[in-house]
Amino acid sequence: MCRIGAIKSKVPFHPSRALRLMLPQQEGHDNSGFAMVMQDLDGVFAGYKEQPLLSLACTQNGLKLVKDFMDASGFMPVKEYIPRVNRVAGLDIKAMPHYVFRAYDYPEYFRDRSRPEKEELLLDTRLELRRLLSENDSGYVFSFWPDVLTLKEIGDPKDIAVYFRLWDDNGALMAKNIVTQCRQNTNYDIVRYAAHPFFLQGYTLCANGENTFYTRNKEFQLSLHRGYTGFESDSQNFLYTLHYVLHELKWPISYYKHVITPLPFEEIQQRSDRRELDLIRQSLGHLEINGPNTIIAMLPDSRIMTCCDSKKLRPVVIGGDETTMAIASEVCGLQAILPHRDESRDIYPGEREVVVITPELEVERWKQ
Amino acid sequence: MEAVKTQDVTANDLSWQIQYQHDRCTLCGRCLAACSFRAIEAVMEKRLVGLPTENQPAYRIMPAIRQKNSLTEACVGCGMCEKVCPNQAIRPVKNPYSRQNLLARAGGSPIKRGGRDNLHQDRTLDKIVVGRISQMTDPSLDAERHTFDILAPFGRILPPHELPFKNDGHSLQAEGQTPPVNWIYPVIFGDMSIGALSARAWEALALAVAYLNEKHHMPVRMSSGEGGMPQKLLGSEQLKYMILQIASGHFGWNRIIQAIPRMKADPAGILIKIGQGAKPGDGGLLPAAKVAEHIQAIRGVPKADLLSPPNHQGLYSIEESVQKMFLSMNAAFKFRVPVAIKCAASATSVSVYNNLLRDPYRICGGFLLDGIHGGTGAANEVSMDHTGHPVISKTRECYLAAVKQGRQGQIPLWAGGGLGLTGNAAADAFKMICLGANGVFISRILIQLMGCIGNEQGRCNACNTGKCPTGICTQDPRLVKRLDVDRAAANIVDYMLALDYELRKLMAPIGNSSLPVGRSDALISLDKDVADKLAIQYAC
Repeated sequence: MCRIGAIKSKVPFHPSRALRLMLPQQEGHDNSGFAMVMQDLDGVFAGYKEQPLLSLACTQNGLKLVKDFMDASGFMPVKEYIPRVNRVAGLDIKAMPHYVFRAYDYPEYFRDRSRPEKEELLLDTRLELRRLLSENDSGYVFSFWPDVLTLKEIGDPKDIAVYFRLWDDNGALMAKNIVTQCRQNTNYDIVRYAAHPFFLQGYTLCANGENTFYTRNKEFQLSLHRGYTGFESDSQNFLYTLHYVLHELKWPISYYKHVITPLPFEEIQQRSDRRELDLIRQSLGHLEINGPNTIIAMLPDSRIMTCCDSKKLRPVVIGGDETTMAIASEVCGLQAILPHRDESRDIYPGEREVVVITPELEVERWKQ
Repeated sequence: MEAVKTQDVTANDLSWQIQYQHDRCTLCGRCLAACSFRAIEAVMEKRLVGLPTENQPAYRIMPAIRQKNSLTEACVGCGMCEKVCPNQAIRPVKNPYSRQNLLARAGGSPIKRGGRDNLHQDRTLDKIVVGRISQMTDPSLDAERHTFDILAPFGRILPPHELPFKNDGHSLQAEGQTPPVNWIYPVIFGDMSIGALSARAWEALALAVAYLNEKHHMPVRMSSGEGGMPQKLLGSEQLKYMILQIASGHFGWNRIIQAIPRMKADPAGILIKIGQGAKPGDGGLLPAAKVAEHIQAIRGVPKADLLSPPNHQGLYSIEESVQKMFLSMNAAFKFRVPVAIKCAASATSVSVYNNLLRDPYRICGGFLLDGIHGGTGAANEVSMDHTGHPVISKTRECYLAAVKQGRQGQIPLWAGGGLGLTGNAAADAFKMICLGANGVFISRILIQLMGCIGNEQGRCNACNTGKCPTGICTQDPRLVKRLDVDRAAANIVDYMLALDYELRKLMAPIGNSSLPVGRSDALISLDKDVADKLAIQYAC
């Protein structure tokens, strides 16, 4: 079983804090990888919040392919951060030759377009880059979105941290939100894309456990949206469903849980909103998960949420203080970064519960 | 010596031979009374009783039981004689050297029979195994204690983006009308009409359904079959357990329409029968012998052969069917009752399903595919044995065709025909559901549970003759009385309870508490061709 975690803070913090959240939970890792999505950036990208930020790992050829494509598309680079890697001998890491975090200005003809139009352009551009790099076996593009930075790597998380100098809090990479996980997905081959969290159009999600309805989730999602692609992990289903419910159907967030873990028929019949819940269960039955999972998701508006499967087979805990809230599979993770918090206020969500942490660090809880 | 014509029919030409042991027989006559086919007769036989003496003849004329050498009164192997014999003096034995198939057609007309096809014994479902077992990180469930959600939709499902929701930013409110959908148990009792079955057998089925619903809270639904149903039932609360069928003969439908104003409850659904698995491309047939008085009353017909046409007259396209039949059926019940169709599985099934899926009115609420094994009614043997399509690959193709368009689940798929053939309907249903069916329908196994002794090896299968020895498929009052209604209903209820438990026993190890529709990853096949065709994993 994987361990997952997320930190949300009023004060920008360094990825080392996310590592300190995850490493005490090491029994749940197989040390096969590390990945994180940072949102609401500070540090070197503090002044570029509106500009889409490309995160990729690639070969020399990949670098050229991306440059040519972005040039041809009219994207203008405005800021770049190349990690100064630490090539210590004996590290357990399968590093790519180049890691690029680059902010762009939108093409000139696109600058005055609406936000939804820009979102579609960014998605199409990332999908095209992914196709291009994949066809040429030249690299991986993880995200292309304003104010979002993604790093995914294969190897031991501690060694990955050494390689990217993630222990050195030099102020370059800072964010107010980080979602992270320290392993690859055991159901699939070890590839960079398979590492959690997954990202799509502002939505970030990681999950532990398994989705026993993976096949039927995937078969349904394939036709729902062009962005639902990859499927390197059965947890990707959660991300696509989250995106579909919130971004495509534009439903309130409370309905996400009703889609992935619908109430039993008998309970639905006792509810005043039975008609709506019944219709949702009818139409979205193929997005039910019916497997043991806890998910942590980050929304475009910077809210972070967590919920569990309907059998409550996976643990999760939420805790924090006035400036920082964190979610982790195990309480030892919280202990490592928030030792002085009031533990009596820690939340262990039930199988029907959803917990959301707002940008103001208010905690909203409700039962499905 | 008496002249013998070599072409005369003898018992050795017939499919079943009567083995009779006169030394065990007490001449009680029960076998004669029990044989509804009149395949045996009481005769006087000359027997050697010792060596002749001066005063005593060597032979004695003795009464005995003998099989008739007749095609029209041939033994069907039902075994009622054996069942009633107190001394095990008589029993039918299958004759491997039968010439009945040749001789019976020599009269110039095809063989008609009921029952089942007798050729297709190699079952695809038996080559599929549940191979993906949850362990460790996705633990299997406890079938005894865990709560399972075993329901399937019957009715048209809207795609998510077409749900009529008003969104105020915090909650959704459904507005306006949506197609009616009933969540029912994923096993429907298939359509066997009140003419094909005896009134007592049909009553046993209806009784079992009511009992399962009201005592065990299993929302099992039953299709009426073509030919209507008793007025009392139409006007009762129990109508909600029934799916009313309309077929090309429209038998009984007039009475149903007339009863609508008096209905206390809506039926669970309307089922338009386009085709059937036993004799695809052929209409229904209720032989005059089975058109009893109550059938005449329900259907408003004289005592005559009742033939449904092979097609719905006046409908020449799927679109037309949708517009006329579905719309009128929907309107008849004021759009509160889902309307589905049943087709025989065929090479063209996917085309029909695709077309229904694309119907802009979204009113077809179910697609029931009937496979090659089905059948209780009268059919030409050549149709039963040599026409039709296995339901498994066709159901899978329909599901995958819907997947390709992102429309899976919008018209629930129900599959039947040969399910439960080996006695385990739960395993068959589970595999069909994993392959994409929302549920299944079973028929033949139900009459077997009531006491039908027909089988795939040619035993009995005389449903069409009106002489059913178990009182299930006959209207002869003398034979009908043989059926114990309560016991027949109890057998079905008990079987369904076992089936429900077995379904949970299959869902639990794959870690699913709701129906695994489309969970093809849970299945493996030990046959490469089957695996390839059904797009499931091959394992060896």
